[in-house]
Amino acid sequence: MSDKKKSNIFQQLGKSQVWKSIIRSGIPRTRRQRMMSVLNSLFLHLHPVRLPRHAVKLRFTWCMGGLTFFLFLVLTISGILLMFYYRPTVEYAYTDMIDLGEQVPLGIMREIHRWGAHAMVITVWLHMFRVFMTGSYKPPREFNWAVGVILLLITLLLSFTGYLLPWDQLAIWAITVGANMARATPFLGHEGPGAALLALGDINFVHIGSDVKFALLGGRFVGEAALLRFYVLHCIGLPFIIMILMAVHFWRIRKDGGISGPT
Amino acid sequence: MMEGFKLLVNTLAHPTIMLTAGMLVFLFFFPPNDWFEKWNRRLHLNFLWTKKGFYFVIILMVVFFLIGLTDPNFSLIIKKPDNVPIIGLIFFVFIFLWISMSQALKNDKLIDAGEKPEEYNDPEDKVLVWPDLVYIEFIALILCMSLLLIWSIGLDAPLEGPANPADSPNPSKAPWYFLGLQEMLVYFDPWLAGVVFPSLILFGLMSIPFLDTNPKGGGYYSYKQRRLAIPIFLFGWMILWVALIVIGTFLRGPNWNFFGPFEFWDLHKLVPLTNINLSEIIYIKWFSVGLPENILVREIFGFLIVFGYFLLLPPLLAKTAFKKLHQNLGNFKFGLFIFLLLFMLSLPIKMYLRWLFNLKYLIAIPEFFFNI
Ligand code: HEM
Repeated sequence: MSDKKKSNIFQQLGKSQVWKSIIRSGIPRTRRQRMMSVLNSLFLHLHPVRLPRHAVKLRFTWCMGGLTFFLFLVLTISGILLMFYYRPTVEYAYTDMIDLGEQVPLGIMREIHRWGAHAMVITVWLHMFRVFMTGSYKPPREFNWAVGVILLLITLLLSFTGYLLPWDQLAIWAITVGANMARATPFLGHEGPGAALLALGDINFVHIGSDVKFALLGGRFVGEAALLRFYVLHCIGLPFIIMILMAVHFWRIRKDGGISGPT
Repeated sequence: MMEGFKLLVNTLAHPTIMLTAGMLVFLFFFPPNDWFEKWNRRLHLNFLWTKKGFYFVIILMVVFFLIGLTDPNFSLIIKKPDNVPIIGLIFFVFIFLWISMSQALKNDKLIDAGEKPEEYNDPEDKVLVWPDLVYIEFIALILCMSLLLIWSIGLDAPLEGPANPADSPNPSKAPWYFLGLQEMLVYFDPWLAGVVFPSLILFGLMSIPFLDTNPKGGGYYSYKQRRLAIPIFLFGWMILWVALIVIGTFLRGPNWNFFGPFEFWDLHKLVPLTNINLSEIIYIKWFSVGLPENILVREIFGFLIVFGYFLLLPPLLAKTAFKKLHQNLGNFKFGLFIFLLLFMLSLPIKMYLRWLFNLKYLIAIPEFFFNI
């Protein structure tokens, strides 16, 4: 009895003007409606309408690319919430972190953001591992694999720039270790091989105040300018790039003939 | 007994032993040619990719970590909040390696029998994205979110003392996903470990589709059809990337000295620094003359070795071990392939030169920050 009533409610809902204005094909019940609901939705039509059987098997893709994308969304949302409370200055950054834990109700946003970021690094690696093991980089997917490699790099850079923001001991020293490598860049770092060659007479073009490490940190060491630079890259620059590349990545999956499979 | 076990683990965990064992065993588990495959079959190593093998390894790992938790030194490291993901990584790498390898072996059997791999299905027989895929994605999403929530409620994000540029902690570690690179710093100067190697890793990864011209094995798991590609990739990923991260995280303490998992991180642990350069070995130890003034004369042997490695080995390999590959790829692609491979292998080679001869640099020109 109640079952019948429920289906009635849903059926009526599916016929209502409001529902139809949003999802034109009604409640997806018939084969046709199901296909239309995927086709007509901006988000769902990232997918094709029909897929080969193996492609929906968890055993094949491990859903790793999808989870990476999902984690990226979680990180975006939790990151926006964190931005409400966080000021990227040497004066406030650290105390804002403490407040986030102590003053903000239900304060696990920082945890979700940090552990989510770690998880995303792991899922990207595993996704690459899956794509390799199924040989899915082979033609015609060479380009999408290369796009993936850049996505991997940007994921790591996002994580790296975020690492500095709490402005605690862990943060600045981890970034110091990382940034110190930059000063050894061949030609472009002041302690890199070849840098001394880029000189005109006595004038060194690449010195401690002009090399790539300086450009990265906005100074000679990890300080106020580095914090701001990393903040801007972390919240705007890198997400901007990764979103464009993800769009390309997803577009190319479809254009390369959908998920790979044996022929 | 427990003490004996811990001592044993501490000893075995040393990079010299652990990595050597790992690399030796590796080729038998992932045979690149018939000879290794014969031994793989004789030793029944494919047991690892059966269900029993799976449970065996998982139980072994769980027991190891449980025992580890009872040890004050070990639990101190693995309970560090930022180290938790690496424990996850260790398990996940094994689990997914197992899934892909067991599926690959299944498909290999099917292909041997003249059938299509398991992933194959009739092109006419497709499923609808709604509901078949959307439903799976939804479940995966819920599971992932619940895990993340549990993790977030259970474990606080770390916050140490406020940043103090005057007080550098010992050890200072990069974020965990870069610890493989930091570990490389033990063997190479930062311009190599921090700049050249990462660039070549990215470049090498991107060139995989162009260098692996094997038309088979696309779109399904298989091992037999890709006996060269899979071992090379797995070697780089599991040993030179993941294993180095594990070493860098769990086994490197103050002053980047090695500490076994059950060893106390003693700030004052003394490790003799006896590394010397190739030029010193040759001119001072062997010839008992001083180092020559001229830099090029001083470093000539190092240059010869490095140039020989990158210029003589490729044509030699093209005529011997990789004869067929060279014919398939042509000069340019083969050259690129062998260059990337030699670069990758230079890391373990440098490790052994260090461990066996205390070699610091092959070429040492600190005047120009040019040390190899
Ligand atoms: C931010 C990072 C990334 C996201 C969000 C992402 C997302 C996805 C998704 C959702 C798919 C569909 C199939 C699946 O889930 O496995 C996919 C496929 C693919 N990805 Fe990624 N990916 C990322 C990084 C990478 C990386 C690092 C690589 C390789 C280096 C890569 C290479 C590929 C290729 C070649 C395919 C096609 C696979 C096939 O047709 O079987 N992606 N990606």
